[in-house]
Amino acid sequence: MKSSWPIRMIVGFARFWWDFLVGDTPELFLAAVFILAVVAVIRVGAHQNALAVAALPLLVVAALGVSASRARRR
Amino acid sequence: MVAVFLASAVEMVEALTIVVAVGHTEGWRPALRGTVVAVVTLAALVAIVGPALTKVPLDALRLVVGGVLLIFGLQWLRKAILRATGLVAKHDEDAIYQRTVEKMDTEATRQNHRVAFVLAFKGVFLEGLEVVIIVLTLGTSARRLGLASLSALAALLIVGGVGVVVARQLSKVPENAMKMTVGVLLVSYGTFFSGEGLKIRWPGDDVALVVLVAFYAVVTWVFVTWMRRSPAVAVAS
Repeated sequence: MKSSWPIRMIVGFARFWWDFLVGDTPELFLAAVFILAVVAVIRVGAHQNALAVAALPLLVVAALGVSASRARRR
Repeated sequence: MVAVFLASAVEMVEALTIVVAVGHTEGWRPALRGTVVAVVTLAALVAIVGPALTKVPLDALRLVVGGVLLIFGLQWLRKAILRATGLVAKHDEDAIYQRTVEKMDTEATRQNHRVAFVLAFKGVFLEGLEVVIIVLTLGTSARRLGLASLSALAALLIVGGVGVVVARQLSKVPENAMKMTVGVLLVSYGTFFSGEGLKIRWPGDDVALVVLVAFYAVVTWVFVTWMRRSPAVAVAS
């Protein structure tokens, strides 16, 4: 059964964002969410600015390294 | 705005490849018509969504935008690293051209110019949509939507102008080097803006952005060097 155009638009919109943000590297999407959550706890919860400044880029590098290494082993 | 310009240029080279393939195969009129309709649609999208985004509280906007840039930048950087180390085939514009021509050969006989229009429109619209997201996210976070739009427009004019001259020699564009640069810039902006959204006070304020770019550039170089030295196992996606 062919769905109506608003449904197709919504499905297409959702699919675009899914491909854009998750795509074939769901680990990077999850890592980014996790990193921001951890840094939010450090900065907003524990009020540690210096630790948050260091943790954010280091966690990003760790996520990139793990994802690239996984692709290499695949 | 360098990030907007480079990202726009990379996406536009891909879109241009499709348009040139369609134009050569089925004629320039439907190809250019599809391109113009797609560009106008994308410009309307920026005009409608852009001003609305400036009404959102800055911290919330920077957190969301920073998160999106971080994810998108990491995807680009990962892909560029894997391509630089030979684990993934480099993006071949000649292959895109050939695939588009083959698609036209099988479908054009049935629907003629309509297929050419749709292929050109889809190519420009889908590649352009990524440009629009980068323009909107970087432009609204820095409160410089006009400048970001102008950077994308400059990339459009330059890539379009070069495309007219070189037409099928698009594979000569050093796409992976550009993609790696854009990846570094997007991850740096993503880190900076999401940090500001989380109320991080960066040492040196905006100077921290330059430090982040240098840091991620060095890290990328280390990853590429390390992965080139270690034996590759298989071709990944």
